[in-house]
Amino acid sequence: MGELRLMKGNEAIAEAAIRSGADGYFGYPITPQSEVIEHLAAQKPEERTGMTLLQAESEIAAINMVYGAAGCGKKVMTSSSSPGISLKQEGITYIAGAELPCLILNVVRGGPGLGTIQPSQSDYFQSVKGGGHGDYHLIVLAPSSVQEMYDFVELGFDLAFKYRNPTMILSDGAIGQMMEKVEIGEQKPRLTEEQIKEKYPWATTGKTKDREKNVITSLELEPEKMEQFNRKLIEKYRKIEENEVRYEEIQCEDAEYLMVAYGTSARICQKSVQIARNEGLKVGLLRPITLFPFPRKRINELADQVKGMLSVEMSSGQMVEDVRLAVNGKVPVEYYGRMGGIVPSTEEALKDLKQKIIGGK
Amino acid sequence: MNEEIIIAGFGGQGVLSLGKILCYAGIVQGKEVTWMPSYGPEMRGGTANVTVIISDERISSPILSKFDTAIILNQQSMDKFEKDVKPGGHLIYDGNGITRHPERTDINIYRVDAAAEAARMETNKTFNMIVLGGFLKVKPIVELQNAVEGLKKSLPERYQHLVPVNEKAIYRGTKIIKKISKARAEA
Repeated sequence: MGELRLMKGNEAIAEAAIRSGADGYFGYPITPQSEVIEHLAAQKPEERTGMTLLQAESEIAAINMVYGAAGCGKKVMTSSSSPGISLKQEGITYIAGAELPCLILNVVRGGPGLGTIQPSQSDYFQSVKGGGHGDYHLIVLAPSSVQEMYDFVELGFDLAFKYRNPTMILSDGAIGQMMEKVEIGEQKPRLTEEQIKEKYPWATTGKTKDREKNVITSLELEPEKMEQFNRKLIEKYRKIEENEVRYEEIQCEDAEYLMVAYGTSARICQKSVQIARNEGLKVGLLRPITLFPFPRKRINELADQVKGMLSVEMSSGQMVEDVRLAVNGKVPVEYYGRMGGIVPSTEEALKDLKQKIIGGK
Repeated sequence: MNEEIIIAGFGGQGVLSLGKILCYAGIVQGKEVTWMPSYGPEMRGGTANVTVIISDERISSPILSKFDTAIILNQQSMDKFEKDVKPGGHLIYDGNGITRHPERTDINIYRVDAAAEAARMETNKTFNMIVLGGFLKVKPIVELQNAVEGLKKSLPERYQHLVPVNEKAIYRGTKIIKKISKARAEA
C-alpha cells in the first residue's frame, strides 16, 4: 500500500498531477478550487520533476497555453470553477477540434453568472453536451471521493492520450474542499523529448527531414473535408462509448427502486439507500463515473428490473434527461435536486423517492 | 463503528485543525475519515464548523443534518447545533462565554472548560487539544497515542516542538471533562 495522507480534493488533484509525470499546469485561481494552484506552488513542481507551473493572466490565457503545450505532445492540464470554465470554452472546443489530449478540472459552484461559491452540479449540460460550439464531446469523469480526485488525474490523462481528446474531471465545491484519506501513488517520470517524438508522431516537436510537417489546427475551409472530419470524430466518440463506460452499482442486485446520482449527490444517496434498506425498502444506487460516455446501456437494463428511478442532482434537473433517454419510457423517471449551492440532504432525497417513485406508481 | 461529529465555534479557536487532527488519528488507526468544513462567506463572519466522520466502513454522505456528537465552543454554535444531536447522542461544550446552557434531556451532556484550562497551561494555544482529550475520554473512538500521532502528522515541521505541550493538553482534557446530565429515555 502507498503512503496515506489526509488531503483536500483540490490538493489531491495537484499532488496527482505532479506524480503522474505531468509536464505543465496553467491556471488562474477561483474559489472553490484555488487550493489546486496553491498546493502546486507550495510543492515547487519545477524542482520536484521539472513540471511547469504557471499562473496565467486569465482563464482564457491558461486554456490557450494548454492548447499550445498539448500540441507539442506535452501532458498538461488546467483547472477552474464554473465561471472560469465558461471563459475557457473557446479554447476547449479548439482543443477538441485539433484532437489534442489534455485534462481540465471543473470544481463546480452554483450559477448562472458569478453565482455562488458553494457546491453545485449545474454544469452537467455544459460538460457532457459540448460546452463550446461545434459537434464534439469531452470525456467526462465524475469523482465522488478525494481518492477518486487523485486517481482520476492519471486515468483522465490516460484516456485523453488514448483517444487524443480532452478529458474533464467534473467535481464540485464539496469534493474540492473536503479532506479524506488518500493513498498516494509512486512518482512517475515525465516523458523525455525523445519519448514524446516516438510516442506521439502527430506532435509538433520540430520538423525533421524524414517526416512531413505536423500541423495542429481546427480549421478546415472545405466543407466536404470538414464533414469527413466530423464523421471521424463521431467514430471516435462511438469507440469511447463502447470501451470506456464506467459506473458503480450499490445494492442494485435486488433493487426495486433506483436512485441515479454522481459526485457529491451519489454520496448523499448512498446514505439514503442505507436508511431505505433499514426500513425494508429495496432501493439501489447507480453512480455514473463517466458522464460521457454515459452508462445508458446499464440503466436501460436496470429499467427492466426496477419499478422507477429518481435522478438526484445539485441542479435544476439535467442528468435526468440522459436517464430518461436511457430508460426510453420503460419506467417512470423523476428528478429531485437543490440548486444555488444548497446540497440536498439524505433524508429529503429519500422522502422524494418515496413520494414520486415508491408511493403511487 | 461510525461516528458522525460536528465541531463548531469561532474562527481562530482551532475548530478546523481539531477536526483535522482527529481525522489523522483515525487514519493512523486504520479508519476511514471525512472532514467537511463550512467554507465561504460564513467563515469570514466569525463562526467556523467542520463535520468529521470516522468509520470502519466506507463513508457515505459527507454532509449531514444529524450528529452522534456535537462539540460546541460558542453560543452561536449552541443555538445552531444543539437540536441536531441524535437522541441518545452526546453534546460536549466549553462553558466559556455560554449564556444559555444546553437544555435537551434526551442527549448526554458534558462540559469541558478548555479555555479556562488553557489559560492555566504554558500556552493558551492548546485549547483545542484539551477539547480533543475531553472528547476522546467520552468517545474513545481512537486511542490517545494515535491522537498524538495525528497531531504530529498535521503539524508542519516548524511547529513540531509544540507536540509535547499539546500532548499534555490532550491528557489534561481527559481529566477535566465533566458529565452534566445523562440522556433520559423519553416517556
